[in-house]
Amino acid sequence: MADKVLMKGNEAIAEAAIKAGCMHYFGYPITPQTEIAAYMAKRMPKIGGVFLQAESEIAAINMVYGVASTGHRVMTSSSSPGVSLKSEGLSYLAGADLPSLIVNVQRGGPGLGGIQPSQSDYYQATKGGGHGDFHMIVLAPASVQEMADLTVKGFELADKYRMTSMILADGTMGQMMEPVSLDYDIAPAPEKPWATTGTKMEREHNIVNSLFLSPEKLEQINFERFEKYKAIEENEAMYEEYMMEDAEICVCAFGIAARVAKNAINEARKQGIKVGLIRPITLWPFPSAPFKKAAAQVKEIISVELSMGQMIDDIKLASECKVPVTLCNRVGGMIPSPEQVLEAIVKANNGGAL
Amino acid sequence: MEYKRITLLCGHYGSGKTNVALNIAYRLKQQTDNVAIADLDIVNPYFRTKDSKEELKNRGIKLIASEYAGTNVDIPAMPQEMYSLTDDTSITAVIDVGGDDRGALALGRIAPKIVEENNYEMLLVINKFRPLTPDAESTIEVLREIEAAGKIKFTAIVNNSNLGAETTAEDVIGSVDYANRVSQLTGLPVKCTSVNESLYSELEGKIENLLPLKLQTKIN
Repeated sequence: MADKVLMKGNEAIAEAAIKAGCMHYFGYPITPQTEIAAYMAKRMPKIGGVFLQAESEIAAINMVYGVASTGHRVMTSSSSPGVSLKSEGLSYLAGADLPSLIVNVQRGGPGLGGIQPSQSDYYQATKGGGHGDFHMIVLAPASVQEMADLTVKGFELADKYRMTSMILADGTMGQMMEPVSLDYDIAPAPEKPWATTGTKMEREHNIVNSLFLSPEKLEQINFERFEKYKAIEENEAMYEEYMMEDAEICVCAFGIAARVAKNAINEARKQGIKVGLIRPITLWPFPSAPFKKAAAQVKEIISVELSMGQMIDDIKLASECKVPVTLCNRVGGMIPSPEQVLEAIVKANNGGAL
Repeated sequence: MEYKRITLLCGHYGSGKTNVALNIAYRLKQQTDNVAIADLDIVNPYFRTKDSKEELKNRGIKLIASEYAGTNVDIPAMPQEMYSLTDDTSITAVIDVGGDDRGALALGRIAPKIVEENNYEMLLVINKFRPLTPDAESTIEVLREIEAAGKIKFTAIVNNSNLGAETTAEDVIGSVDYANRVSQLTGLPVKCTSVNESLYSELEGKIENLLPLKLQTKIN
C-alpha cells in the first residue's frame, strides 16, 4: 500500500521545498504556477513557516535576497513574465553569492503571451537571467516525481555552491497529476559562516553585497566565481539516456517534450528505426559528454522543443556540429504530438526525405 | 443510481470532480434525453470539462461553459447560459464546480435558486491520496469551507480515492474506511465509489455502489 500521494507538479515542488527545510516562501500569483503559492499559503502557517504574498514579483525576489542573506533556505516561484520581472533580483543574488531556489513554470511568450505550456525561457534561464556575468543551476524535471526530487536537489546545490538554482518547468509539468513519494533523507544544510546572523560581539560583521568599489576587486570576484562555475560544469551535469546504445538517430528533449519524444521513439523502434533519446536534466550545466559521444555514433540529432529552437544551440556546441542538428517544435502554448516527432525521426532516418 | 434534477460536484481541487461529473452525465444521458453539463470552474485553467467537448457532442450532451475556458483569457469567467440551469427545469443538469472554497464562490450566484427548487444533490468528491485531504478531519475542513463559500449544503459523498495510473484495487478497498469515517462524522451517505473502468471487474461485488469511470485524458 502506498506511501505515495497524488499531486500536481506545482504542489510537489511546494511540499518538497518544505521537506528540504524551506520555511520561507515569497510569491505573487500567475498562471500556471499559482498552486505553489496556494499550497504554501495552506501549509506554512501550520508548520511555523512564512508564506507571504508580496505586492509584486520584484518585491518577492528581494524578500528572497533578504532571507538568503541570513542563511535560511528560501524560495519564490513564478511563470515567464513574472520571472522577467525578477531578473534584477536574480542578478543581485548572483552578485552577492546567495543561495536560493527560483521556480519558473513557463508559459507561452513573448510578452504576456498565454497561459499554456512553453519552453521558450531556455535562453533566459541558461544564458542570463539578468545583467552581468553569471549562471544559475537550471534543473528540468520531466515528471511530478522529478518536480519534487529536483527541488530538494536544487536547494542542496544552491547551498553547496552559494548560488541560485532554478527549476525550469512548463505549464503541463506544473498542472499534471501523478503519484509521488516524498520520503527524503534530508542532509542538514551546510554551515554558512558568511550569513548575517548577528555578530553577538564575537566576530567581524558579515556583509552581503553586490557593489564593489574597486574594479580590480570586482574583476577578481568574477574570475573566482567562474572558477566555481567550471567546477560545477565538470561535476554536476545530469542527463538520462534512453535506447542510445545502438542509436543511429538521436532525439534530444527535456521536460514535457522528452515525454512526448519517448512515445515517438517507442513507436519508431517498432518500425525498426534505431533511435534513442538524450534528456538533459541540468540545462546549465549543459551535459556535453553524451553529445560528444553521440556525434561519433548517429547521423542526425533532432532537438524537440516548445520554442523556436533555443537548446539546439547548446546541442550544436556540445556535438561540435559534427552531425546535422534539426529542430522539431511547437510554440505559443502548443505541444508537439508523438506523431510529429515520429515523422521527424522517419525523415532523419531516410536522410532527410519522408 | 437515483439522480435529482441537478447534480453538483464539488471538492478539493484535484479530487477528480471533472471525471466524476462527466461520467454521471454519460449515465444520465442513458436514462433521460435532455442532459446538460456545466463547467463552472473559475480556478483551473488547464484540465476541465470543456476539454471533453467533442465527446459530449457525440453523446448529445449539452455543454455549458465559458467561451474563454481553455483559451489564454485567464479570467474567472462564468458561462452566459448559466442561468438556464435553474430557469429551465426540463434540463437534467450536472454542474462541475471549481476546486475548494474559491471555486465554490461561483456557485453562490445560483445556489439560492437551486435550494429553492429543492431538487438537487450536492456531492462532495473525496480522494484520500491527495496530500491535503489524507484523513476525514482534513477532508471535512474542505467540506465546511466549500459550504460556506457556495451557500449550499452537501447531501452525499463520492469516494474517488485514487493514485492516478498507479491505482490498485487494494488502494480503493483501503479507502473505504476513510470514506465511511467522513460519512459518520458528517451524516452524509456515500453515494458511490468511483474507479477507473479498468479496475471495475476486479472490484465488482467487493464495494457497494461502484461507479466505473471513463477518464478524460489530455496528454501522456
